[in-house]
Amino acid sequence: MGVAVLKDRTAIVGIGQTPFARHLPESEKTLACRAILAALDDAGIAPAEVDAFASYTMEETDEVEVAKAIGAGDVTFFSKVGYGGGGSCATIGHLAAAVATGQATVGVAWRSRKRGSGPRPWTNTSAQLATPGQWTRPFGLLRPADEIGMLARRYMYEYGATRDHLFNVALACRNRANQNPDAIMYERPLTREMYMTSRWISEPLCLFDNCLETDGALACVIVSAARARDCRRRPVYVHAAAQGLPAQHHGMVNYWTDDPLSGPAWTAARHLWKQADFGPADVDVAQIYDAFTPLVPLSLEGYGFCGRGEGGAFTEGGALETGGRLPINTGGGGLSEAYVHGFNLITEGVKQLRGDSTAQVPGASTCLVTAGEGVPTSAVLLRT
Amino acid sequence: MLTPVIDEDGAPFWEYAARGELRVQTCGACDEPRFPPRPCCPYCQSFDSTWRRVSGRGRIWSFVVPHPPLLPDYAAQAPYNAVLVELSDSPRIRLAGNVVAAPDAPLDSVDPARLRIGAPVKVVFAEIDGITVPRWLLERG
Ligand SMILES: [Zn+2]
Repeated sequence: MGVAVLKDRTAIVGIGQTPFARHLPESEKTLACRAILAALDDAGIAPAEVDAFASYTMEETDEVEVAKAIGAGDVTFFSKVGYGGGGSCATIGHLAAAVATGQATVGVAWRSRKRGSGPRPWTNTSAQLATPGQWTRPFGLLRPADEIGMLARRYMYEYGATRDHLFNVALACRNRANQNPDAIMYERPLTREMYMTSRWISEPLCLFDNCLETDGALACVIVSAARARDCRRRPVYVHAAAQGLPAQHHGMVNYWTDDPLSGPAWTAARHLWKQADFGPADVDVAQIYDAFTPLVPLSLEGYGFCGRGEGGAFTEGGALETGGRLPINTGGGGLSEAYVHGFNLITEGVKQLRGDSTAQVPGASTCLVTAGEGVPTSAVLLRT
Repeated sequence: MLTPVIDEDGAPFWEYAARGELRVQTCGACDEPRFPPRPCCPYCQSFDSTWRRVSGRGRIWSFVVPHPPLLPDYAAQAPYNAVLVELSDSPRIRLAGNVVAAPDAPLDSVDPARLRIGAPVKVVFAEIDGITVPRWLLERG
């Protein structure tokens, strides 16, 4: 079997989501069920036909509870992917592999999260891990923003990236959210003045370099390409899928490799492009994981849209905006639509290829979706 | 302070720190230092290791200045600096820490404007909340 054995053999045929808000009254389990049933309805597939599930290890609603609640039949494949937001695209990759190899026929991936109104893991001091927490937490590196901020400052120092470059990322996401009625930041424009005068979270990262705290759930339905042709919606094919955990990587604090600025994106990208019929120049629209703005220039480099150190400059001249060189995060992303561990980036990619995004890239037929950078990651290439 | 939850591999680092020594786990077979500590050598797979004393001199590789919201102990000292120090005698080893004005000084005792990537620093030790941690002094200025 060659490396491209999964190529276009499965498709996403249904997507569903709940509203996004700082606070939703329902439980994560209820939100998960609502999103999954909405996705199955979108696909025109009965819940009893679902026989595969995939989600994140950080997902607190497990497949046993979800399967029981929605009325799934016999389930023959279930999978959980580690490393927080790094797992988003891998849920799709795992289901694509299961369906393509006959382990299952109808797969559901989902993420339900109450981060807006729920607890933040870093506030729970007993939750710190022995490794690597003992090497960072005592010194006040407490939050992901502190950990990524360390890489961001080094990146800015080595390559001359600026706060204006990070602002370009935040602005592109906010501009797209301003077009998306489902986004938390709908009709709430961002200006350079607001960005430059906002409060610090962890210098060099300010308020607008950080994703939103959100409650919400989303889901996708995956079937074989053959079955997809008979579904209600236009199929969006899983063209390639990859995970990436580079040598000597250390999650969130990738400070101890020889080259901390070439992170998991580079590993995932090498494997992803090896499977694909096209390259970065042929990507019409991209959904780049954006828990923090610096992850975007780092990912642009890793996935090959520009050279090493050129990610900051790539953001100039409206390149990331609609009509630009590479429109990104067209629903608003984690920075301005909702932060649901990147799952909204997958559903937005599907919307683009169906032609019904609120910030539609005309004729988009290829989309890259990436998962959390700075942690073991994953990515998918979607196509019409 | 969030006191470190120490594992078996990391324990020697903290034991040496309590004696005022900065030591790095080093392969007993191929002599390569490695950090964080772990059971075997990623270069030659040997399980034999020693803890080599280093000079305690280094340079700032990067730093952040966290602001609240933070845990109460840290919020009280914010904004403070957290640095990553590249060791002079093992450039591949980078240790997280804090630049302070004196061993027992608070985390915000040095103006962040004085910090620069590449600035030379040297290690000192302070006992905080019952555990000895390495901290860093600016070498010049
Ligand atoms: Zn060795």
